Amino acid sequence: MNMSEKILLSANEAVAYAAYKAGCTVASAYPGTPSTEIFETLARFKDTINGEWAVNEKVAMEVAIGGSMAGARVLCAMKHVGLNVALDPLMTYTFVGAVGGMVIAIADDPGIHSSQNEQDSRTLARFARVPLFEPSNSQEAFDMVMEAYEVSERFQVPCIVRLTTRTSHTSTVVDLGDDFGPGNVEIKPYQKDISRNVSAPVFARPMRYKVQKRTAALREYAADETAANRIEEGVRSLGIITASIAYEYVKDVFGEFSILKLGMSNPFPTALVRRFAESVDKVLVVEELDPVMEEQTRAMGIEVVEYETELDMMELNPGRIMELRREILGDVELPALQRADYGLPSRPPVLCSGCSHRGLFYVLSKLKATVTGDIGCYTLGAFPPLNAMDSVICMGASIGNAFGMEKAGYKNRLCAVIGDSTFFHSGYTGIQNVLYNGGSVTTIVVDNRITGMTGHQDNPGSGRTLSGAVAPVTDIGAVVRAMGCKRVETVDAFDIERLEKILTAELDADEASVVIVTGPCRINAGLMQAGTYAVDAEKCKACGACFKLGCPAIIRGDPVADGRRFKASIDPVQCSGCGFCEQVCKFEAISRIS
Amino acid sequence: MKTINITLAGVGGQGILLTSDILAKTANSAGLDVKKSEIHGMAQRGGSVISQVRFGDEVHSPIIQDGFSDLLVAFERMEALRWRHLLASAGRILINEMNLIPITVSGGQQSAVEDMQARLDSEYPQAIFLDAMSIAEDLGNQRCMNMVIAGALSNLTPFEEGLWKETMKMRIPAKLLNLNLKAFDCGRAVTANCR
Repeated sequence: MNMSEKILLSANEAVAYAAYKAGCTVASAYPGTPSTEIFETLARFKDTINGEWAVNEKVAMEVAIGGSMAGARVLCAMKHVGLNVALDPLMTYTFVGAVGGMVIAIADDPGIHSSQNEQDSRTLARFARVPLFEPSNSQEAFDMVMEAYEVSERFQVPCIVRLTTRTSHTSTVVDLGDDFGPGNVEIKPYQKDISRNVSAPVFARPMRYKVQKRTAALREYAADETAANRIEEGVRSLGIITASIAYEYVKDVFGEFSILKLGMSNPFPTALVRRFAESVDKVLVVEELDPVMEEQTRAMGIEVVEYETELDMMELNPGRIMELRREILGDVELPALQRADYGLPSRPPVLCSGCSHRGLFYVLSKLKATVTGDIGCYTLGAFPPLNAMDSVICMGASIGNAFGMEKAGYKNRLCAVIGDSTFFHSGYTGIQNVLYNGGSVTTIVVDNRITGMTGHQDNPGSGRTLSGAVAPVTDIGAVVRAMGCKRVETVDAFDIERLEKILTAELDADEASVVIVTGPCRINAGLMQAGTYAVDAEKCKACGACFKLGCPAIIRGDPVADGRRFKASIDPVQCSGCGFCEQVCKFEAISRIS
Repeated sequence: MKTINITLAGVGGQGILLTSDILAKTANSAGLDVKKSEIHGMAQRGGSVISQVRFGDEVHSPIIQDGFSDLLVAFERMEALRWRHLLASAGRILINEMNLIPITVSGGQQSAVEDMQARLDSEYPQAIFLDAMSIAEDLGNQRCMNMVIAGALSNLTPFEEGLWKETMKMRIPAKLLNLNLKAFDCGRAVTANCR
């Protein structure tokens, strides 16, 4: 590839390219949509960047902080909810202050495309008193990461570069510059400095004053120095303050007006905002998610145009901004929308054909168990026809949630279901808590030896690292036994009969237990064409047992006499040969044909 | 030039993301500004997939506003209806004549659309239909279906055939390139009268 050409990159890819060019040498992240591709791209630069999948975001942040303390440029990446996990170390490293440049890439998910909630990381950047850059496209993501390293070292502060699902997953044209290559930045020599690096109260109090002064200096930098913030002159009857992807929509819909584009929106550049407000007749703020900039503008005593159009939640799009223009200017017509309701059947995400999780949820559904769930592909066990999950809160929550229900007196066949990567992320502590406090929760670890939902990233159970190196494999059974768990069972995910027998015993036991259900992710193991099953229509009694598996390969066949029930049929293209259906058929109507 | 908006829609596993990637890179090679946006979230096998490509002198929003897609390329018939609201009133539509039954229908939770062809005919009297799967099967590999569709799509874009093929050479592994170039040629030939 000729690097001087303009190439198409997603903002995720651009972040990794920029870290490489900026001379980053230490990088740590935990996968999470929409941030995952940052480190998948970074793995290409393993000659100069020592990158890793950490076991969770807090550890990733701590590793990045350690690298920064030792004088290296570092990158840390995670999705928005990951920052909740990692906030603790960040809140204090912002006091201590970076040595080597530290950039934290956070990908928010406006519109909740693939997350458990919607939250605006800009609020957390204010909370942590760290500079926040918010690129509108991949070129800006590249440029802002480069700038963030400079800002981080000059002001001794970790910087957040905030992406969103839309910027993370949109490819736009990027000019990497003629000199694209691995940045050669010297690692600053480590110096022991207790009063600087030990955040004990006696040292933290002076640090607090340092943070206050630093924030004021950064506010001036954001107002007067950075190229990321700029006024685009236009018609002055209206001035629009905007940032991130909202800027691109504003350019399409309000393109003729004056615009204050804030690429570095925290600390809020008050002097620049005031200059802009004084240059226009009226100020309008357009931003995605929380009214972070709007409230800070109002707090300056600047009058901001009020409107009814709901823009404070879910993902923006050009149509919503057009709606805003229609409300406040009344000079546009919205196109007559053709969003007719055709009553089309939906295509929801489902557990793949042959997924090793399917048998477990079939059994849990049959046992009418109460299941606290967790984050991963197996969350799909909550949907029809399996309906085998009662709750999902956050990474690792399943175990504590189940124990809390038990403490509240609820004991009906209660269990927690958690995946291998989520167990390594934050399952250990939940299990330790159950054991220590005498609970009887059954924790089921669905162990497919990969981080599946985010696209097959390695973890401590897979035996590989981000760079492809061989790693020791953590034995989950040995871990929980060492914690003091006496009832530990390991079951083959594809053996439904044994699964049912063991789960029946463990769910009813009044002692804590861990059941490890092992079976590879079928896509990751290359087993999507591992065989084909078929239904013998003569033997099929249309009992519907196999339909309860919710397998995409099992489809309706011919109706039986009453016209309401259907025989089963198997789509040979979809079938991956797992054999769950053969096991649940009481009439021996299903068998392997290849 | 005026910005051109193209939506590619279908079902996970049909090769939509590769097709849109090749379209976007071809537009980039032609020296245009281009943005390609797609949402890939939860396990998407069998789920609806959509990718949008906008190109022109300067492109801002990566998302196409409802009613502004100049072209809708439906890799599956039902998906042609699902994204109807995106298409501009003077927009064109290319429909791959393939039916993929959603799991909600095969599992019996939702009803099938009985009069699909009638609905397509009434919504899209000017539609260009293409049986890309049959062509791919004739070429001996179902998996090149997406490049048959890309060939047909190429007739509806301002880019030279050679530019498309240059992008394909960069993007497709060498051992599969000839098959895919053939698929592209077939798709381009059977819809040549739409150019």
